[in-house]
Amino acid sequence: MIAGISIYEILTVTSILFFIGVYGFITRKNLISILMSVELILNSTVINFVIINKYLYPDMLQGVFFSIFIIAVAAAETALAIAIIINLYRQINSVEVKDTEIMKY
Amino acid sequence: MEQIIFYILAFIIIVFAIASVSSRKMLRSVIYLLFVLIGISGIYFLIDYNFLAAIQLTVYAGGVIVLLIFSVMLVHHIEMELELAKVSKRILVGIASLLGLGVFLTTIYSHEFTVVENSITTTTEDIGLGLLSYEAGGFILPFEVISILLLASMIGAIIIAKGTKLTTKKNDTV
Repeated sequence: MIAGISIYEILTVTSILFFIGVYGFITRKNLISILMSVELILNSTVINFVIINKYLYPDMLQGVFFSIFIIAVAAAETALAIAIIINLYRQINSVEVKDTEIMKY
Repeated sequence: MEQIIFYILAFIIIVFAIASVSSRKMLRSVIYLLFVLIGISGIYFLIDYNFLAAIQLTVYAGGVIVLLIFSVMLVHHIEMELELAKVSKRILVGIASLLGLGVFLTTIYSHEFTVVENSITTTTEDIGLGLLSYEAGGFILPFEVISILLLASMIGAIIIAKGTKLTTKKNDTV
């Protein structure tokens, strides 16, 4: 654990990061920007898993395993989402949310 | 000393996260996201999870950011500015986010955490043994499922990004 830093301060930082992600997710109008906001939200939850594991149950490793799985799923999700975005750009020449009406080719 | 480093990292993370969701230049906002991710890996280094910090640096800062920059380069002009949401909508969403943050923080600060004082260092060997153990508390099944998921998403991404239907193309050549 970090000397001199309580768990409350770290949880405050991750909560702020989470809501910045939510703000970006709702206000952005571009598919790639929305994907980036999702990355912010996922990262804040991963820090939460790791911090709670380290501060409350230091002799176990479950939080680390879960964060590894979250990172793996997030990487797979990003790759698929970018493939969909590129394919969509070929079809309709735009990545704005309001132009996105088709979901098949 | 660690306290000062943590405050610097928290400052970097929050400032660049705000810059990342509010910047109007697409490529700049991706680079701000890169700084956020590097700051998060700094936090993992601070609490002695070196393996997780290395994963964060390679998968996010190395892989996801490159993928995002690649797709931004493909679909945007580099000078193009993003259109912003309406001012009223931004203020409304900002207030809703602050309200949610207030609920989170009151819940967190009213809860008594039983913190265990420790300075245990987790080695990569411990993580590997835990991931591959068959005994109770081992994670061998999710580990294998994740490998299948990564393979499936890789094939899916290739097929989706390829665009055209594979079967029709085959018929054309024959």
